[in-house]
Amino acid sequence: MTDHTVHTEHFDKEAGKLGMWIFLFTEMFLFGGLFLVYAVMRAQYSEDFHTAAEELNTFIGTMNTVFLLTSSMTVAMSITAIQRNERRLALFLVSLTLLLAMLFMVDKYFEWSHEFEYGVYPGSDVLKNMPHGELLFFGLYFMMTGLHALHVFVGMILLTINFIRIRKGSINQENFLLLENSGLYWHLVDLIWIFLFPLLYLVS
Amino acid sequence: MGGETYTSFLEYKGKYKGLLAWLLSTDHKRIGLMYFYVIAVFFFIAASLGVLMRTELIAPGQTIMGPQMYNGLFTVHGIIMIFIIVIPGLSVIFGNFFLPILIGARDVAFPKLNLFSFYLFLTGALLAVASQFAGQGPPDTGWSFYVPYSVESSTNVIFALTAAFILGFSSILTGINFIVTIHRMRAPGMSFMRMPLFPWSIYATAWIQVLATPIIGITLLMVIAERVFSIGFFDPALGGDPVLFQHLFWIYSHPAVYIMILPAMGVVTEIFPTFSQKPVFGYTAIAVSSLTIAFIGYFVWGHHMFTSGTSYFSRLFFSLLTFLVAVPSAIKVFNWVATLYGGSIDLKPPLLYAVAFIFLFMIGGLTGLIQGALATNIQVHDTSFVVAHFHYIIFGGMGFAAFAGIHYWFPKMFGRMYHIRFANIAWGIIFTGFNLFYFPQLVIGMQGMPRRYFDYLPQFNTGQFISTIGAYIMVTGLVMMLINLMYASRKGAPAPANPWKGVTLEWQIPSPPPLENFDVIPEIKRRPYFFGENEPDKS
Repeated sequence: MTDHTVHTEHFDKEAGKLGMWIFLFTEMFLFGGLFLVYAVMRAQYSEDFHTAAEELNTFIGTMNTVFLLTSSMTVAMSITAIQRNERRLALFLVSLTLLLAMLFMVDKYFEWSHEFEYGVYPGSDVLKNMPHGELLFFGLYFMMTGLHALHVFVGMILLTINFIRIRKGSINQENFLLLENSGLYWHLVDLIWIFLFPLLYLVS
Repeated sequence: MGGETYTSFLEYKGKYKGLLAWLLSTDHKRIGLMYFYVIAVFFFIAASLGVLMRTELIAPGQTIMGPQMYNGLFTVHGIIMIFIIVIPGLSVIFGNFFLPILIGARDVAFPKLNLFSFYLFLTGALLAVASQFAGQGPPDTGWSFYVPYSVESSTNVIFALTAAFILGFSSILTGINFIVTIHRMRAPGMSFMRMPLFPWSIYATAWIQVLATPIIGITLLMVIAERVFSIGFFDPALGGDPVLFQHLFWIYSHPAVYIMILPAMGVVTEIFPTFSQKPVFGYTAIAVSSLTIAFIGYFVWGHHMFTSGTSYFSRLFFSLLTFLVAVPSAIKVFNWVATLYGGSIDLKPPLLYAVAFIFLFMIGGLTGLIQGALATNIQVHDTSFVVAHFHYIIFGGMGFAAFAGIHYWFPKMFGRMYHIRFANIAWGIIFTGFNLFYFPQLVIGMQGMPRRYFDYLPQFNTGQFISTIGAYIMVTGLVMMLINLMYASRKGAPAPANPWKGVTLEWQIPSPPPLENFDVIPEIKRRPYFFGENEPDKS
C-alpha cells in the first residue's frame, strides 16, 4: 500500500537540544538534594562547618576552578570552530578541554589522597571522633565532590567520543548536535563546581 | 482488518529475526508491548505475595508465616507494585504505544533512548527481584526505606535501593522523551488545545517525572552512603536528622502518587466520550486540571509527616494544600460524569472499568481528605485505614484505569477481539472482590488495626476474614481477565479498525497499526471528540 515498510528513526536537532536541556534540569535537581542537606546542616552547625572548611586546601580548589572555567571556554570555542568548518582547530580545542579535565582529576586525586593520609575519609575513625558538624561537613564534601567528579568523568568519556567522531567526520559543519549537547553538559559540570567551590572551600 | 494489505507492526520483519526483532526494536509500539509483558508478569508476582499476606491475616496469630517473612513480603510487594508497576505502568505501556499515534506522529522523539529506558527498567526490575534471594534475605524496611531502620537492617536493602535508583533513572529518560515528543512532533494543526486528553495527562506526568525523580535518586544514594560509609546525614548519633530523610523521600514520593494517577485519569478521559458518543465535557478544565494537579501535588509532601514532629505551622500549611489538590481532581470527576450525562451509553467492558474507576477513586479521594485533616490524621495514621485508602487510589484508581485501557485498546494493539461477556463477568467479580477486600480495612483501621502487622487482636478477626475472602474473589476475577486476554491475543476474532466508534486518531488507522502508524500524517482542523459532522468548529 505504501513504502512505509522500513522503520526510519526520527531525527530532529531542536528536539535533541530540548531533551538535553530538560536532562540538565534533572541533574540540577539531583545535586539540589545535596545542596538542600548542606543548607539544613550548615544552619545547624555553622561553627563546625567553618572550622572543617579550614582543613581543605583552598589552593587546589582554586586551581581546579581555573581549570574547569577555562575548559568550559575551550569546549564552547570548539563548537564555534566546527560551525566554521575548522576541523583541526575543533580537534585541538576538544583535546585541550580533555587535558584540562584530566588536570582537574589529577588535582582531585592528590587532594583526596592527602586527606586519606590523615585518616579523613568517609567512615573513618578520625571522622567519627570529630564534632558532629565537622563529620557532616566532610560527609557532604566527599559526597558532593565525589558525585561531581563522577560527572567530570562521564564528561571526559563524552568528549573522547566527540574527538573520535570529529576525526571520522561524522561530526561536521552540518551535524554537530552531539558536540553541542556535550558542551552543554560540560557547562553544567562547570556550573555545579562554581557553587561547590565557595560552599566547601571558601566558608572558612 | 479491511481489504487492503499492509504490514502491521506485529508482523514486520526488520534487520533482526525472531525474538531479537522485538528486543532490539526501536518501534514505540513494540517497546510499549514489551513493557506490557514485563509489567504483567511482575503484577502477578506481586499480587501473589499480596495473597500470601492476606492468607496470613485470615486468623489471629501465626497462620502460615512468621513476622520476618511477613515484613519481607510487604516490602517486596510494595517495591514491585510501586516502583515497577504503578509508577511507570500506564505511561510506559499506553504512553509508548498511543501517545505518538494520538498526536499524529510516527514515533517518539528519541526511539533509541526509549529502548535504552526499557533496558534500564528491566535491569532495575531484575535487581529488585534479586534483592529477594541474594545474601541476607529480603529487605524488611517497607517500600519507603525509612531511616534509621533502613540503615540498621541487615537485609538486602542496598540491592533494593539501587533497583529503585535505576528504575527512577529510566523514568526520567521516559519523561524527557515524552515531553520532547509532545513539543516537537504533533501533527500539523494540532495545537496544545486540540490535543486529546490522554497526551495531556502524559505531558503533566512527564514533567513530574522529570522534576521530582532526581530528588529520590539522590536520597537513595545518600541512604546507600549512610549504610556503607556512615556519613551521618540521617543518623542522630552522628548529628544528622532522620526527619530530613522523610522530607527528601516524600518530596518525590508524594508527586509520585500523581505520576501514578494522572495517566489513569487520562485513560478514562479517552473512554468516556467514546462510550457515550458525546464530546468530552469541559475539555479545557480537564486539560488544565492535569497541570494544576501536577503543580500543587509538588507541594503537599508534608502531609505524610503529620506525626513526625513537624511544626504546627508546617502541618497547617500542608493540610491546606492537601485540601486544595482535591479540587482539580474533583473537577475531573464532575466532567466525566457530565460527559456521560445525556450520552448514548454503551456499557462495554472498558466503560465498566472506567465507571468503577470513578466509584473507587471517589472513596479513595474522600478517605484521603480524612487523613489530610490534622485531627483525624492522628487517629488513622499508620493503621489499615491508610492501607485501604491508598489501595482504593492506586488499585481502584490506577489499576482499574489500566484494566479499562487494556480492554479499550486491546483490539487496536493486537488486532483481535476478546470475549465481551466473559470480560464483563470478570469485571463484576474483580469489582465485588475489591470492595469486599478493602472496605473492611477502612473499618478496622478506624477501630485501631495497625498496618504492617502479621498478627492482630481477636476483635479485628471478622474484618480481616471478610477481607481475605474478598482478596480470593478478586484474584479469581483477575485470573479470568488474564485468561480471556491471553486467549484473545492468539485466537480472538480479528478486530475491525474501529470497534468502539471512537473518533481520536488511533481509530482512524488499521488494527493492529502499520509500522509507521500513518501513511500520510493527518492534518488536524479542530478539537478532538466530535462525533458526527455538524458540531460547531470551536477553537
